[in-house]
Amino acid sequence: MSDLSHLRADFPILHQQVAGHPLVYFDSAASSQKPRQVIDSLVHYYEHDNANVHRGLHELSNRSTTNFENVRKKVASFIGAASDEEIIFTRGTTEGVNLVANVWANQFLKPGDEVVITGMEHHSNLVPWQLATQRSGATLKYVPVLDDGTLDMAALDELLAGPVKLIACVHISNSLGTKNPVQEICAKAKARGITTFIDGAQAVGHVPVNVREIGCDFYAFSGHKMCAPTGIGALYARAEVMDQMQPWHGGGEMIETVTMERSTYKSGPARFEAGTPDIAGVIGLGAAIDYLERVGLEAIQEHGRELTTYALEKLVALPGLRLLGPPIGVDRGSLAAFTLACAHTHDLVEFANTQGLALRGGHHCTQPLMKRFKAPGTSRASFYFYNTKAEVDRMIDILQQAIAFFS
Amino acid sequence: MALSDDLRDLYQQVILDHSRSPRNHGQLHGEGCIHVHGDNPTCGDEIDMWVKVGADGKVEDLKFEGQGCAISQASASMMTVKMKGADAAKVQTLLKDFRAVVTGEGTVQDEDALGELALLEGVQKFPQRVKCAMLGWRALEQAIQQSGEKTQQA
Repeated sequence: MSDLSHLRADFPILHQQVAGHPLVYFDSAASSQKPRQVIDSLVHYYEHDNANVHRGLHELSNRSTTNFENVRKKVASFIGAASDEEIIFTRGTTEGVNLVANVWANQFLKPGDEVVITGMEHHSNLVPWQLATQRSGATLKYVPVLDDGTLDMAALDELLAGPVKLIACVHISNSLGTKNPVQEICAKAKARGITTFIDGAQAVGHVPVNVREIGCDFYAFSGHKMCAPTGIGALYARAEVMDQMQPWHGGGEMIETVTMERSTYKSGPARFEAGTPDIAGVIGLGAAIDYLERVGLEAIQEHGRELTTYALEKLVALPGLRLLGPPIGVDRGSLAAFTLACAHTHDLVEFANTQGLALRGGHHCTQPLMKRFKAPGTSRASFYFYNTKAEVDRMIDILQQAIAFFS
Repeated sequence: MALSDDLRDLYQQVILDHSRSPRNHGQLHGEGCIHVHGDNPTCGDEIDMWVKVGADGKVEDLKFEGQGCAISQASASMMTVKMKGADAAKVQTLLKDFRAVVTGEGTVQDEDALGELALLEGVQKFPQRVKCAMLGWRALEQAIQQSGEKTQQA
């Protein structure tokens, strides 16, 4: 396997005991851990460069502004955008969806229009569209999920033939691990003049992502799932689409001139970034991108594939274990979602915790999907490049103990 | 691999036994029967409780169905065993005492009446599981409240 275990030394948090056992952190799909380089970048920013961006004329403000805007360029190049003018900094994926589901949707959704999402969306790419369609009188429809955890593409074709204005789809499912054919979906949508939104929360920093190859209009992601701090993320909006959009939040930074009666607004991403941004978060996001690019996205992807396959093969051999999502051998995200016949997920996760193993149990913010698979919840082990086969072996050992305990 | 004492306290054999083979499992129908659905939306645990309350507030019969973790299902099962046939005063004492047992707040009035329900004390060390242990109890509380309202209306 592409051995990346030497990188564990960069992650201070991984070297601790939990409940008297070495921590095994298998919850990176919820939030990844941060390397020393990212943590140091935050400290360095506050110790050397802290000042508000954009308006100042003094040395620290200039430095802060330059570093801040350099990260915008870094993000653009990291996800293959044509220009840094297409990158809006957000608090994370959820805010990215909400921005589009408010600004774009308020302008372009009319009664009778349709928005299409899929049956495997995270609540964050579902609820904002419910709200948007309820406000506008449009209808929300969804592409069903097949038993193997993939999208029903025939149903998608039928749905796209309707009066659809926008399709929103997750790139990699956080609940099933399914990697959706987003390029194909965007091509189909584009051919019908349908705007496309991709939720890339589980993809960016885990697999190489190129928004121009995907061909989407919007692409949102979070920093904290790719080694950056919490509270920072980005929304890619294709220039032609962004140019048509009205402001969202009003305030400083997003205006040109203000009178007591009216204001004019900046063009480009600044129009959507009212108020003092999370400057330190942006600096940390930049440090995370630098770090991931040094490791290499291809290497990270390859490691994820190998470790996930290794884990899946061992998991399916356990008695009473049901695996959800695509079968072994199908390219997927670095996670395994399963149920055990003998134990509810919360009992299992509690058990694992007393052995130092961090799993996640529950509906993973995809309640309709859990209903679809008739699972009250699943247990999820999710991996990142700092995880090892030895840790997977440890998980299997703990699961065997849990099965003996609860059976 | 040694299992921690806290974990063994949480999942005592009696509790695991009730979760594997719940007592008073099923539905109740007929006159005077109240059905309450309870759930913990954040974790997806669900309980359906059917209760037959007498005019004097006595729990004449109760049954439940549900899905969820061992703690939620075992606690509901153990509760039905204790509550079946309990008069209004005993029901209130049990409700109060059980809350004290799982939260560690307040004092238990009648330890003897609680019996093996005291085994759920282990939940205290796992604060996130208190709502699991209380799920069936909250459903019963609601059913009794509804029955009281019905009696008043009649």
